[in-house]
Amino acid sequence: MGHPDLVQHALLLSLALFGIGTLGVFLRRNVITLLMCIELMLNGVNLAFVAFSRAAGTLDGQVLVFFVMVVAAAEAAVGLGIVIALHRQRDTLDVDAFHLLRG
Amino acid sequence: MSPSPLAQELLLALAKIAVVVGALLGLFSLMTWVERRLLAFMQFRLGPNRTGPLGILQPIADGIKLFFKEELMPEAANRWGFLAAPVVSVTTALLAVAVLPYGPPFSLPRWGFLPAWLQGRALQLQIATIDVGLLFIFAVTALGVYGVVLAGWAANSKFSLLGGLRSSAQMFSYELALGLSWVGVIMLAGSFQISDIVNAQAGGFWRWNLVVQFPAFLVYFVAATAEVARIPFDLPEGETELVAGFHTEYSSMCFALLQMAEYINMITVAVLCTNLFLGGWHSGIPGLPGEGLAGFLWWGIKVSLLLFVFIWLRGTLPRFRYDQLMHFGWKVLIPVAAVWILVTATGVALFPGLLRVASR
Amino acid sequence: MDAILFYAFAALAVASALVVVGQRNPIYSAFALIVTLCSLSVIFGLLGSPFIAALQVIVYAGAIMVLFLFVLMLLNVRREQDAPERGGRTLRGVALALVTLLVLQAGAVVLRYERAAASGFDASTRKMAEVLFSPHFLYVFEATSVLILAALVGAVVLAKKEL
Repeated sequence: MGHPDLVQHALLLSLALFGIGTLGVFLRRNVITLLMCIELMLNGVNLAFVAFSRAAGTLDGQVLVFFVMVVAAAEAAVGLGIVIALHRQRDTLDVDAFHLLRG
Repeated sequence: MSPSPLAQELLLALAKIAVVVGALLGLFSLMTWVERRLLAFMQFRLGPNRTGPLGILQPIADGIKLFFKEELMPEAANRWGFLAAPVVSVTTALLAVAVLPYGPPFSLPRWGFLPAWLQGRALQLQIATIDVGLLFIFAVTALGVYGVVLAGWAANSKFSLLGGLRSSAQMFSYELALGLSWVGVIMLAGSFQISDIVNAQAGGFWRWNLVVQFPAFLVYFVAATAEVARIPFDLPEGETELVAGFHTEYSSMCFALLQMAEYINMITVAVLCTNLFLGGWHSGIPGLPGEGLAGFLWWGIKVSLLLFVFIWLRGTLPRFRYDQLMHFGWKVLIPVAAVWILVTATGVALFPGLLRVASR
Repeated sequence: MDAILFYAFAALAVASALVVVGQRNPIYSAFALIVTLCSLSVIFGLLGSPFIAALQVIVYAGAIMVLFLFVLMLLNVRREQDAPERGGRTLRGVALALVTLLVLQAGAVVLRYERAAASGFDASTRKMAEVLFSPHFLYVFEATSVLILAALVGAVVLAKKEL
């Protein structure tokens, strides 16, 4: 590819996405939005994997991205199943409302 | 004086896009007329026959009417979503068209009025030749679901939302069977590029994937009919179902855009079927030429035949009920497609001579 | 040409990621996340991996986000209300995120990984298949299919009304 700094800047972008995702996980109170910010973090990690795979010239990073995507899909499915069950119990999707285990 | 190679490629691509999009829009209006006439003949009546000879100007009359109709938007509707949904539908429909081949590759003859860099140049009748052509089409079809979801949600009415959710569920259920039906074809041709798959079917109609991969063809045809929401799977827009499904609240130009997206999807699916299963531009009879203009004619005949079959199905079959539809997609089509992939893979592993890998 | 595309889609990705985090209505966040995923797919393509780019759209934007949208629309989620003690939270959240970012960036600098793109990089599907089905990754590949089955059963059980 033509651009010499491509890998460097892709890594910076991946850090930015991961940071924004972390910000979202700390700040948001809706459970589903929380799950979406976790997906954002996972995408930042995927980008880092692909960038490093490009830098190293091997394909191991991309195969790992494949597996990360599969695991993210499984986690999203189960997470949303839990969200539906929680909503059925409490009729709210606010994270702060589920505090029964708080010590 | 001749432009740089990058500029040459860009100019050629722009020209191809103009030709293809123009042809598609023309074909879309022609298809509306053809469909209405054919359906009418099947139902023992005449169809449009007043506007122009044989009613051929009917699409133009429809266009003028839709242009002047009032644009309605429900007051509680989400304004940007409402306007964006038809745009998303049409964009994804047109994106899929970019990687489909429309005929055999040919070289421009050395006409005098062409600039030097165009004379004798080899052209592919395909806008973009990418390595993962079929995966790209699958990705774009997956994105097409969002046009429907957005349209159903943005109109902020119960009928629209339920209709949108039901039809998007139908779309991505049958998308799985669609993708699985391609796997056998890809295994035999050894490539994701559609032109390679077409070339792997050269040499006679017994080499077409219609014959060699007949169950995959059946699965593909049914899944494709469901994917573009044609009868018998047209629950989203059946006139007696949920008012009009996800496009209940749409009128005038937005509605015309949604219809255009549906017809372009249908044409895309027919072109894909021709390329993947019916041998594309190769004539089935060895000895008859399949290159150049003859190849393009063969391809056109096959696509027209498939479009006629789609219209024929519309005039003949009743509609599936929603639970029957879901049952059929998940419990019948996907297992059949998966078993056929196993059979194909076993066959390829045991008899490597079955592989039609185009010479690389 | 590559540089222009990369910066344009990187800016789009960051902008829509900020919309995901900042927007009150979760459905708008979901659509912004779809835009982020698609622009990331373009960047994957620019990094020379067409297979992963297509997979990103098919799996993430085309399946997972449809799942999110379905749940959001069926549960009829409203706009998020503001928390009672808003100010301290925001500041602490931003500070923590910045600290994470700085630590990660410092780690990258310290390790001084060789970051130039390697030449002769071939990430075609054929190569990917050779690596995926090699003895190195074959077990993991088969294990993920069991994982997906477990997730499927788990999601159905969790969302059912009565067992």
